[in-house]
Amino acid sequence: MLLTLPEINLYPLLPALIPAVTAMLVMLADVLLPGKNKSWLALLALVGLAAASYFTVMLFGANLSAFNASIVADNFALGIALVILGAGAATILLSLDYLRARQLDLGEYLALLLGAVSGMILMALANDLIVIFLGLELFSLPLYVLSAFWRTNDRSLEAGMKYFLLGSFSSAFFLYGIALLYGATDATNLTKISAAASEPTVASNPMFLMGAALLIVGFGFKVGLAPFQWWIPDVYEGAPTPITAFMSVATKAAAFAAFFRAFMVAFPSAVVDWQFVLALLAVVSMTVGNVAALTQTNLKRMLAYSSIANAGYILIALVVGGQAGLSAALFYLAAYTVMNLGAFGGLVAMGQGDQERLTLDELAGAAQTKPWAAAAMAISLLSLAGFPPFAGFVAKFFVFGAAVNAGYVWLAVIGVLNSLVSVYYYLHPIVKMYMNPPAEGWAQAPARAPIFLAVAVIVAVLLTIAMGLFPGGMLNFAQAAMVK
Amino acid sequence: MSGDYFPLFVMLVVSVAFAAIGVGVSALLGPRRPTAIKGQTYESGMPSIGTARRRVWVRYYLVAVVFILFDIEIIFFYPWAVVFRQAPIFLLVEMLAFVTILLVGYIYVWRKGGFDWY
Repeated sequence: MLLTLPEINLYPLLPALIPAVTAMLVMLADVLLPGKNKSWLALLALVGLAAASYFTVMLFGANLSAFNASIVADNFALGIALVILGAGAATILLSLDYLRARQLDLGEYLALLLGAVSGMILMALANDLIVIFLGLELFSLPLYVLSAFWRTNDRSLEAGMKYFLLGSFSSAFFLYGIALLYGATDATNLTKISAAASEPTVASNPMFLMGAALLIVGFGFKVGLAPFQWWIPDVYEGAPTPITAFMSVATKAAAFAAFFRAFMVAFPSAVVDWQFVLALLAVVSMTVGNVAALTQTNLKRMLAYSSIANAGYILIALVVGGQAGLSAALFYLAAYTVMNLGAFGGLVAMGQGDQERLTLDELAGAAQTKPWAAAAMAISLLSLAGFPPFAGFVAKFFVFGAAVNAGYVWLAVIGVLNSLVSVYYYLHPIVKMYMNPPAEGWAQAPARAPIFLAVAVIVAVLLTIAMGLFPGGMLNFAQAAMVK
Repeated sequence: MSGDYFPLFVMLVVSVAFAAIGVGVSALLGPRRPTAIKGQTYESGMPSIGTARRRVWVRYYLVAVVFILFDIEIIFFYPWAVVFRQAPIFLLVEMLAFVTILLVGYIYVWRKGGFDWY
C-alpha cells in the first residue's frame, strides 16, 4: 500500500487548534494541581480564547487554505470564528457565579465548553463535508453533556437527553447526505463537488439532489429552522442558562457558516435551484418562531422560539446569496450574538442563589430590585425586537435591504411583518419588569456583586448599542467577508 | 467495477452456506436425547445464576467506555504499523500526537478515580 502524505500546515487551523489544546490543559490542570478553589482555570481558558482570537485576527485577509483545501481560512470563516470565540469568552464569564451557586464542577465545564468552541470554529473553517461533519460532532457532543450539566435538576437532564437523541438522529441525516453526494460526485471537497456538479448529468441525478436535501435537514436542525425546530424550546429551557446563551448564538454561527459555504460553493444556484426551498423554510421558521413565542410565559422558552425566528431571518441572507448575502449574514450573526448574550446575561444576573426568574410573573417589578440587570435585559430585548438605536435594527435593515435589492421583495415584506409580530413578546417582559409591582420572595439587593457576570453583560450591551449607533466599522468588516 | 466485488460475493455465499449446512445437517441427522445438563445455556461451563435481565452496576458503564477508548487506540496502531516504513519520522510524530491526546484522557480518568474498582 502506498501512502500519500497530506499537506500539513497548521497555521490556518490555529483558531480551532488553540481552544482544543487549552481544553486539554484545563482538564489536566483541574485534576493534577492541588487546591480547592479552581476559579483560576477560567483565567486559563480565557487566555486560550484570547490567543485563538489573536491568530484569527492575524489570519485576516491572507485567505490561506490547508490540508488539501479541506480547511479554508477566508474572511467569512474568520469573522464567524471571532463571533464564536467572543461568545465562548462571554459564556465563561456568565457561568462562574452560576456554577458556584449550584455547586457544579468548573474544570469539566470549561474543558467541554472549549471543546465545543474548537469544533464550531473547525466547522466554520471547513471546506470539506467530512471536516464539516467532524466539526459538527466535535461541538455537538460537549453540548449534549453541557445541557445536562446541572445533573440534579430534572429539566437539565431532560434537555440533555432530548438534545442527544434528536441531535444524533439529525447527524445521521447529515451523514447520509454526505454519502449520497459522494456517490454522485466522487468527492467530499466542496470545490470538487461544485466542479462535478457543472456536468448536467450529475446535477440532475436524483442521488445528488437527495444528498443536498439531506444536508438541508442536517443544517436546519443545528441552526434551528422550522420544521426541524422541535427540540429547541425544551433544550433551551432545561439547559443551564449560560449554556442556553452559548448554544443559541455560537451553534447558530457555526452551523450557518457551514450552511452558507456548502450552498454557495458546492451548489451554485445556477446548477441547483435551491433558493425557493430555502425561502420557504425561512418563511416557515419566521412565522412558527414568532407566533409560538407570543404565547410563552417562560422567558427561556420565549427566547428559544425567538431564536427559531432569527434563524429564519438569517436564512433570507442565504437565499439572497453572493457578497451582499454573506455580509448581511455575518453582521446579523454578530448582532444577534451580542444582543442575545445581553438578554440571557440579564436573566442570569436577575437570579438569586440557584433560583432564576424565568416566568413573566416572577419578572414583575424586577426593575426595582435589580435595576441594572433589568436595564440590560430591556436594551437587549428592544434590540431583538428591532428598535432603531440598537444593533438588531441595523442587522434587520441589512438583511431585508439585501433581499429587496436582489428582487426578493415578497420575502422582505414577510420578514418585516414577522418583526412587527415579534415586538409584542419582546416588549411584554419589559412591561412586566418596569410597570408591575415587585414579585414576592425576591431580595432587594444581591448578596455579592457578581463582577465577571457584570463585565460580560455590560460589554454585550455596549456592543449592542455601539453596533446600532456606529454600524460603519462592523459593516466594513462584514463586507470584507467572502467565501474563497 | 462490479467485478472487483465478485470475490466478496463468493465469500458471502460460502459463509452463509457453511453455517446453513452445519446447522441444517446436524439438525437432520443428529439424534436428540435432551437431559437437564445438556439443556443448560453453557454446557460444561459456568452454571448460570438467575436471569440475564437484572440490574447492572453502573460502574461497568465506565469500564466499558474506558475499554472502548483504549481498544480503538490499539486498532489504529495496525494500519499505522503496516505503512510505518514509508515515512517513519512523520508517522511517529503523528502517532505521538494521537497518544498524547489519549494520555490526557487517561490521566483524567485516573485522577477522577475511574480505575478504583472496589
